[in-house]
Formats: sequence, structure tokens, C-alpha cells
Amino acid sequence: MKELDKITNPFGDDKVIANCGLFGMMSTKGRRFSGQDAILAMANMHDRGNGLGGGFAAYGIYPEYADCYALHVMYESMTGKEQTEHFMRTTFDVVHNEEIPHRDPANSGVAPAPILWRYFVRVPKNVLKEISISRRGLDGGIKKESPRDGIRDDIDDIDDIGRIKEAIEDNREDIEDDYVVKQVMTINTGIADAYVFSSGKNMGVFKGVGYPEDIGNFFCLEEYNGYLWTAHGRFPTNTQAWWGGAHPFSLLDWTVVHNGEISSYGTNRAFLEMHGYYCCMHTDTEVIAYAVDLLARRHHLPMDIVAKVLAPPLWVSIDRMPEPERRLHTALRLTYPALLMNGPFTIIIARQGEMIGLRDRIQLRPLVAGIKDDMLYLSSEEAPIRVVCPDLDETWTVKGGEPIIGRLGGRVITGFEGFRGDSYEELPSTAVRGASGR
Amino acid sequence: MSAQVEVLEVLAAPGAGCVTLDARGRSYRELNRTLRSLATRRGVSRISVTNVLGQRYIGTNLRGEIEVRLYGTPGNDLGAFMDGPVIYVYGNAQDGVGNTMNSGKIVVYGNAGDIAAMSMRGGKIFVKGNVGSRSAIHMKECGEKKPLLVVGGTAHDFFGEYMAGGTAILLGLSLGPGEYHKANFIGTGMHGGEIFIRGRVDPSQLGAAVKISEPAGDDMRRIADAVGEFAELFGYDAGEIMHEEFLKLSPKSLRPFAELYHAGSRDSLQLG
Repeated sequence: MKELDKITNPFGDDKVIANCGLFGMMSTKGRRFSGQDAILAMANMHDRGNGLGGGFAAYGIYPEYADCYALHVMYESMTGKEQTEHFMRTTFDVVHNEEIPHRDPANSGVAPAPILWRYFVRVPKNVLKEISISRRGLDGGIKKESPRDGIRDDIDDIDDIGRIKEAIEDNREDIEDDYVVKQVMTINTGIADAYVFSSGKNMGVFKGVGYPEDIGNFFCLEEYNGYLWTAHGRFPTNTQAWWGGAHPFSLLDWTVVHNGEISSYGTNRAFLEMHGYYCCMHTDTEVIAYAVDLLARRHHLPMDIVAKVLAPPLWVSIDRMPEPERRLHTALRLTYPALLMNGPFTIIIARQGEMIGLRDRIQLRPLVAGIKDDMLYLSSEEAPIRVVCPDLDETWTVKGGEPIIGRLGGRVITGFEGFRGDSYEELPSTAVRGASGR
Repeated sequence: MSAQVEVLEVLAAPGAGCVTLDARGRSYRELNRTLRSLATRRGVSRISVTNVLGQRYIGTNLRGEIEVRLYGTPGNDLGAFMDGPVIYVYGNAQDGVGNTMNSGKIVVYGNAGDIAAMSMRGGKIFVKGNVGSRSAIHMKECGEKKPLLVVGGTAHDFFGEYMAGGTAILLGLSLGPGEYHKANFIGTGMHGGEIFIRGRVDPSQLGAAVKISEPAGDDMRRIADAVGEFAELFGYDAGEIMHEEFLKLSPKSLRPFAELYHAGSRDSLQLG
């Protein structure tokens, strides 16, 4: 009898040995470039994924609607679309809406696609005013109410118009962001077959089921220009592959791409629900996006501190720290134990003007960084970076728990100074390094 | 030679037994099939591969006395299970260099990523620059088979984790004056083999499983041999490197976890 396996598979390599692949690139000067490079980089890491999820996040791509929230929504039925659009008409000023341009899924090598639509919306002025009044109530003798609890209807009682206007201007962004988060959660938890997968200003997430390079091609990303791109190739391990479950995960302009698994998902999720974040994408990565929104936007923590909440040093390391670092890290672990992301992970977080790479503290997933002039690259492997930038100024393996932070304005911060091969020259003058960021 | 097997064009095959391949745009399967085919061909002694960019498993299970020169950035698990050949990397290597390698030599003229020399069981790996985390994890030895890893720079955390045999050397050449090695938790779970470190390291950087000593017996001779080969490969002055002191790390116990599941024994273990 013939040994069929020796004929059809001589090297025994049909076993799927894969894992997620991450990539990010950013011009710290804000130069915009097409999605082509990110697609090429992901194609180089084709073997890391298995075609069950790919996606991209791009920043600076909607300058013509820069002041609008761009809601990308996927619908699994027309009813879902109708109900969502009805809801949107009552909650937003919809400035423009259209199908998200894409190629034919059948010819793009991607799975059958849901209905993909995008809406450029503003928060209605009267909503702003009403929320602001209820907020000012905290110190203005007006009935106390959280903005997330809804809109008060007794604004006629208020006569201090000047104070209201001032309050609106002071907190406009904050109020609007909270309002949008609430509506996104309402759609995602309340309307069947509808999922908002992108909700920031002047940015967008494009994702689905397929290899990342095919997803990029499907969404025509070569036609968009952004100054920051992140990308993901998925190898789903714990949950099913579906369009909403692909990465990046996003809320407002936060996006997260993730390689690994969040073993602490249950704890993280329960804590976030207490703060108004509801997990409905059936995968662990979602909690990171919400945790970052809570810590950085609502609790105003700088990103290097956020990184220390998500990936804190081990207690044995904290015990050895000099003061006041020891006290700081102790306080962070005691304040946010439920936002510690346990388990193996590497993530690339992005928001408007900022890209952050982070590995778990015991370094169970890979992350490589590279710098060339004003460009910062983050990737699961070095080769994809060299695909788009063969002559890097420098490249290095990122240390666990130490964030790499690129910011508009030319700052690249790494917590790990001096870990560099002697064959590389000094950092370009655009890069500033500091042991702990700020 | 069949057309099915020979998928990469041989660019040059001069009489000296040297052949050149262009790996641009080629999958790791194509590349490795070609390498295997060439390695067994009579008269071929050196294969140069240009435009290497992320192809995994290069040289996996490759055997024989052949030299492979890689120009570019080879992908993960370079030289896995390799048995005999010598690979030169003119660039950086990614994760898993020499995974479970059996014999032969890998020389990296840049940095290597995480888990370099993982489960290595024989042969030598020389890295000019730095290595990532968990390098030399679970290196092992048996009888005459003793693997060697020499790193010119420094390493990330968990260097020599669960190390069971062989020799791993950190030279610290990339560290500034007075700077400490980057790795923490060095030798966590180590229960065999030896680590030699040149350059500063604080006891707090070591895992609970290791003890520190000065090199003794024929340790210095073996270090000098390894440093001599390293210096020759990368153009250093061996005498200058040997001028500084080395520290020896070895396991406190050959069975550090033997008592792990015994009642009341956790306190004495002090896992890092």
C-alpha cells in the first residue's frame, strides 16, 4: 500500500501553525499615504493568519468630514438597517451616508459580506445643550444627573443662558464623545443584525472575514490616504470568525489590534459593564478598546500610565523599585486590578495623533519596532516592516510591559533605552526617548 | 533534477560549487524545497540566497556539509532541526533561530528575535547584536552533544529559562559604561547547563533557580574558545573581550520543581 501522506504532503506541513499578525505605521509629521503599504506588509505575514479575519484602521482619511463622527456599520439584514437608520435620525444629524465602497467579495477572495454602510453624523445642538445643563447641575443648584442617564426635559427652568453656553463650549468634545458612546452601545446591544464597528472622527475601521491583504483590496484601501494605519491578520482561537469579530476593535477614535488572548476577559468585562461598556462582538479584544477609552479619555491618564495598568510590572519587580515609582505602581495595581490584562498579548492601540505598541509583561507574543525619519513602524515580525521600508534607521525587539508611543509632532517614546545593535546609527532627531514617557 | 522540485532558478553556478538564488516573492516552501534539493547535489558547497524577506523555516531539517548565506531578513524558526550546515545571516534574524537544532552553525550579523536557540540540542549559534526574550529557553545536552549560544550584546527577560544543558554566553558589548544587562528573571527554572555573563548584572535580575559563582576549572578555557570564534566571525579583538570578568550562573538544583506539589513546600521554592 502506498504511503499517501508521503506523496501528497512530503514535509508534513499541513498542520496550521499560525497566530495573529499585527502591523502599524505612522508618520509622526502627519504625512498622509495610501493603504497600499499596510496591505503589502500584511501580505508578507500571510502565513501568520488563516484567512478567518483581517482588518485595518486608518486615521486622517475623511478630511472633508473631519468634524463628523464617521459611523461604519455592518448589517446582517435590511430590517437591521432600517431600524438603525430610524434610530440615527432621532439621535444624530446625519450629514451624509453611503455604502462603504468595496469590490465584489466573490472576486476579492473574502467571505460573503454583510451590508456595509457609513454615516457621517453630528451630535444635534439641542442635545448638547440639554446634556450640558444636566452636567452643570452638579455645581449650579440644578438637579444632579449623569449625562449617560438621559436628557432632562425641564430646561425651561434654566435662565442662565450664558452659563450654559460656556459649559457647552468647555465640555463640548467630552459631552459629544459620551453621547456617541451611548448611542453606539444602544445600537450594538439593542438593534438586531446591526453592529457599529467604527465611530471616530476623521478615521475608519475596515474589516471582515478573509486574509488581510484581500480585505484591504476588497475595501479599496489603496484609494484612502491616512497618516496612521494599523492592520491585523486573524487566527481565531476561542471564538468564531465573523465580520464583526475581525480586528481592529474600535470605539470613538480608539482602535485596537491584538495578538494573543485575554485570560482575564470575564473580570475585565464585568468591570467595564459597570462603566457603561457592553461587550457584544464575541471576542476578548473588545475589552481592551473599552478599557483604553475609560482610562485615557474618561480618567485622563496618559498613555504610558495606561500601559502600566494593562500590563503592570510583577509585584516582585515593584518591590524593588525606588520611590516614588514603587508607590505609583502599587497605587495603579490597587486602583485598577480589574483592568489588568492577563495572559499572552501584543496590542497596537491607536487614536487620533497617537500609536502605541505594547507586549504583555512576560513577553509571550512578539513585537518589533522600527524607525525611519518621521515614520514609526510596529509589527509582529521585522520582515513586513522591511517590505515597505528596506532601509530602516533602526529596528529592535520591544520589551514586555514597555510601551512604544508615537505621537504627532515627532515624539517617539520607548521605555527601553539602549537596547540596540551596534550596527545601527543614532536615532533620528525627530525621535525623543524617555524612560517613562512624560 | 526534476522541474517539480527545482522551483527557484539558480542564478549562477560557477565551478567552485557556489550557487545563488533570488528569494524575492518566493514562498518558504519553494525556497526550502530548493535548498534541500541543492544540498544533496554533488559538487554544491555553498548556496547564497538574496532578497530573503520573512520566509519561515529556512534550512529546516537541512543536512550535510553545506554553507548557506542569507541576505535580508529570514523569517521565524531559521535552521529548525538543522543537522550540519552552516548558515550566515547578513541582516537581522527573527524569532526562534535554531529551534531544536541538532548540529551545525548559525551566524547572525545583526540581532536575533525572541526564543533564539530554543530547545537547541547541538551545534553553535553566534549573534553579533542582541537577542529578544526567552533566548536559550530549554537548551539541552546529551553526552558529547553540547549546544553553544554566544550573544555579543544583551538579552531580554527570561534568558536561559528552563535551561537543561549546554552553554549560553552574554558578552554585553552593546552596553554602555556601567550599564546593566537588560534581562530580568535570568535562568528562571534553570536545571542544567551553564550561563556565562560578561558585563554588569544585579542579583535581582536572576531567577530563583540559579546560583552565581566565578568561572572555575576549565570554564575560562571554554569561554576563551567561544569568544575566539565570536571575535573572528565579527571582527573583534578577543583579548579585549576576555580582559573583563565573567560571571557564571548554574542551577541550584537539578530538579528545582521536585517539591512543587508537596504540601507546605511552596515557600521554600520562591519562584521568580
